[in-house]
Amino acid sequence: MATKSYQAGVKEYRETYWMPEYTPKETDILACFKITPQPGVPREEAAAAVAAESSTGTWTTVWTDLLTDLDYYKGRAYAIEDVPGDDESYYAFVAYPIDLFEEGSVVNVFTSLVGNVFGFKALRHLRLEDVRFPIAYVMTCGGPPHGIQVERDIFNKYGRALLGCTIKPKLGLSAKNYGRAVYECLRGGLDLTKDDENVNSQPFMRWRQRFDFVMEAVHKAEAETGERKGHYLNVTAPTPEEMYKRAEHAKTLGSRIIMHDYITGGWCANTGLANWCRDNGLLLHIHRAMHAVIDRHPKHGIHFRVLAKLLRLSGGDHLHSGTVVGKLEGDREATLGWIDLMRDSHIKEDRSRGIFFDQDWGSMPGVFPVASGGIHVWHMPALVTIFGDDACFQFGGGTLGHPWGNAAGAAANRVALEACVEDRNRNGAEGLEKRGGDVLRKATESSPELAAAMETWKEIKFEFDTVDKLDVVHR
Amino acid sequence: MTDMQDYSSRLSDPESRKFETFSYLPQLDDAAIRAQVDYIVSKGWNPAVEHTEPENATSSFWYMWKLPMFGETDVDTVLAEIDACRSANPGNHVRLIGYDNFAQSQGTAMVIHRAPSPS
Repeated sequence: MATKSYQAGVKEYRETYWMPEYTPKETDILACFKITPQPGVPREEAAAAVAAESSTGTWTTVWTDLLTDLDYYKGRAYAIEDVPGDDESYYAFVAYPIDLFEEGSVVNVFTSLVGNVFGFKALRHLRLEDVRFPIAYVMTCGGPPHGIQVERDIFNKYGRALLGCTIKPKLGLSAKNYGRAVYECLRGGLDLTKDDENVNSQPFMRWRQRFDFVMEAVHKAEAETGERKGHYLNVTAPTPEEMYKRAEHAKTLGSRIIMHDYITGGWCANTGLANWCRDNGLLLHIHRAMHAVIDRHPKHGIHFRVLAKLLRLSGGDHLHSGTVVGKLEGDREATLGWIDLMRDSHIKEDRSRGIFFDQDWGSMPGVFPVASGGIHVWHMPALVTIFGDDACFQFGGGTLGHPWGNAAGAAANRVALEACVEDRNRNGAEGLEKRGGDVLRKATESSPELAAAMETWKEIKFEFDTVDKLDVVHR
Repeated sequence: MTDMQDYSSRLSDPESRKFETFSYLPQLDDAAIRAQVDYIVSKGWNPAVEHTEPENATSSFWYMWKLPMFGETDVDTVLAEIDACRSANPGNHVRLIGYDNFAQSQGTAMVIHRAPSPS
C-alpha cells in the first residue's frame, strides 16, 4: 500500500492540481473559467489554484489531508486555451469528480465552484464561462416543474410564441387599479401579464388584495375572449414560509402560474418553490433581478449561460433571456446559444455561440425563454425570426404605451405576432425580417389598433454597442 | 395621429370570442389555408381536423374528425377532409392541427373556419 508522509508548509498548486494528461470522465462536472492573473503568476499555477480553491485545496498542507484520498476528490485543471483577441486572459478547464457535490443541489455545486476562489489574491479577475453538468447529475435535479410542452397544453397555445406584458408603473398602483391594467391587457389579446419584480407586498398594495383583484381580471378576460389567460403572481417574499403562504393563495384562486425571483430570492427557495409547483400543478415564471451584477463584466463573475443552466436544474418554466433587439444588453449569437441551453435536449459545443461543452439534458423539460424590455410591434418580425415559437415576448411599454390604452395595445401586438407567423409559415423564416414591414402594414388593414401602434413607435431604435461581446476576435 | 377608438369586446357578444392562433387575423381564405396545410406537411407533422359547437369551444377536447392523417403529405387530401368535416358539421368551428410526435405536442393548431354567430 502506498504511503505518504506529512510535510508541513506551502506547496505549489500545480504540483497537485495541474493535470494536462487527465481525460475528463463522463460523470465529471466540467467548468471553463476565464482567468486574468496578477502579473507574474504562471498560467498553470493560476489554473491549478482555481481548481484547488474550488475543490479540495487550502493554502497550506494539513495533516488531515492524509486521512483521505485527495487524489480522488481533487479538482483537476486539465487544459488551458488562449482567449481570442485577448493577451492578458486565458481559459482554464477544470474537471470535478461528481462525488464532490450533493445530489440535486445547485446550491452546493455553486458554493464550491464560485465560492472562495473568486476572491483569490493571485487573480485579478475570474469569470465562470460555462459548466458541463453530466447527465448523471442532471438526473438528480427536479428541473422545470412542467416545461414547454405541458405549458402549451395547459394554456392551449400552439404554433406561435406566447405574448405577455409587465404591468406598469411598477410601483405605486392600488390593487384594484392594478387589476384593471391586467384585465385590459388580457381582454385585448395578450396571453399573460406579469408582476414586476419589485412588486412583492408593499404598503401601497399588499399581496393578498393584488392576487384577489388580478384573478378576477384573469377570469373575466377568459370568459370574454374564450381563451386561456394567466398572470404571473409574484410570490417572492422575505421568508420561505411567507412565499409558500402566497403560493397557496394563488392556487386557491385558480391561478395557473406564479412567479419567483431566483437570484435575489435565492436558489434554495427557488428549488423548493419549483418542487411545490410540480406538486400543485402551477407553472413557474422566473425573473432574474441582480443577474447583471454577476454576468455583465466580460472578465469577472458568472456568464448568464451558466445562470440559465443553473435555473433549468433548480426549476422554472420561464426565464428571462434578453431580447437581442430591444434596449438591453445582448449579442445575437450568444443569446441564441443560451436560449438553446434553455429549450433543447442536447446542445453541442459551439464556440461561435459561446458554448464550451456539449450539454445533455436527457428528458429534463425545457424552459420558455422570455424576451422582455424595450420591444414593440416593429420588433415582431425579428423576434419571430430569432426565437421561433417556443418563447414568450413581453411588451410592457409596447402594450401600455399605446395611445388608445392597454386593450388596443394588446390587440396590436397579437395581430402583429399572428401576421408574422402566418407569413413565416407561408414564405419561410428566411427573409421575414426584410418582409416584416410589408407584412405589418398589410395587417393594419384589419387592425386600426396596429396602425396606431406603428404610428406611435415608428422612429424608436436601440443601437447601443453591447458591453460583453463574445471572444471571437482572432488576430 | 388617428382619433382614439374604443376597444369593443363584451361578455354578451359572441363575436368577442377568440380561438387562439390566427383568430386575431381575418378569416383565412382558401389559398391561405392551403399554405398552412403545406407548412404542416413540410414540417413533417401529422395533419388533423377537429370541430366543436361554439358554446363548447373552451374545452381542451373538441370532436376529432376521423383520426389524425398520419403520414399524409398530399395537401389536397387534407383540404378535402377539412371540407368534409365542414359540410358534415354545419354551425361548428373547425380547426386544423399539426401533431408533432417528436415534441409530443401540437406543433400548431389554428381555427380555419369560424361558425357564424347566431343572429
